[in-house]
Amino acid sequence: MTNFTPVSALAGGALIGLASALLMLFSGRIAGISGILGGCLIPSATDRHWRIAFLIGLIAAPVIGALTGHALPMPQMSASWPVIVVGGLLVGFGTRLGGGCTSGHGVCGIARLSPRSIAATLVFMAVAIAVVFLMRHGG
Amino acid sequence: MNPFSIAAFVCGLLFGFGLMISGMTQPAKVLGFLDVFGDWDPSLALVMASALIVSGLGFVLAKRRPPFLAPQSFWPTKSDIDQPLLIGAALFGAGWGLIGLCPGPVLVDLATLSPKVVVFALAMVVGMVAHDHWQRLSVQRSAPADG
Repeated sequence: MTNFTPVSALAGGALIGLASALLMLFSGRIAGISGILGGCLIPSATDRHWRIAFLIGLIAAPVIGALTGHALPMPQMSASWPVIVVGGLLVGFGTRLGGGCTSGHGVCGIARLSPRSIAATLVFMAVAIAVVFLMRHGG
Repeated sequence: MNPFSIAAFVCGLLFGFGLMISGMTQPAKVLGFLDVFGDWDPSLALVMASALIVSGLGFVLAKRRPPFLAPQSFWPTKSDIDQPLLIGAALFGAGWGLIGLCPGPVLVDLATLSPKVVVFALAMVVGMVAHDHWQRLSVQRSAPADG
């Protein structure tokens, strides 16, 4: 556990939880990123305004961070280009088919004690752990 | 901008800061959590636990009243654990395990202009649109032909 960062993990998580709580308290919406983004992409969507505003906020965070001397470190991705494309396609298709991702099911859904979200989170965690195991220790 | 969109913007901003502080914008760190049989980094579990406690408390309050800036709340209504849910979660888990990026961190990481993040984000959007297209086709196919 050489890379364990408990304090920043708890602080960052609290902020993610606060953002999810405030979006429900003020706007009555679930802070699921794949749902907010996916809802923007539907041609007949009539509620794009708040979705785009949320996504702009999400992307503005690292820009503000960079302007105040807290630039994000470059993401380290050792995967090859084809694997990156396949990974992106799977995440996009899978989150829409399953109706959520780490935020919508993993945080907001479990916080509501939704059986669907608990099941989805167990499945995506287990599959992701299995994929990493096969890639790193599969020989 | 109306207050509803301003609230959404502020929530997106807080969510983004939360992801940055938590370290979950670094795919290598997420893969370190998923690598439970290697040099395991449990940080993501604490991110989730902390987020769950705060959002859970907020949702208890939110369930008691209508939202401040909208006539009603949109709580998810589905309750059955069906095949699309499980297959979708499995596909998402496979993609997440391959790269270590899920939708929130991808969007935040776009700010680094990393070419690999940009390509991943584009593929993710293509995957989302492909799903919607496929679903429309299958709805049409299952509709009665003489309808």
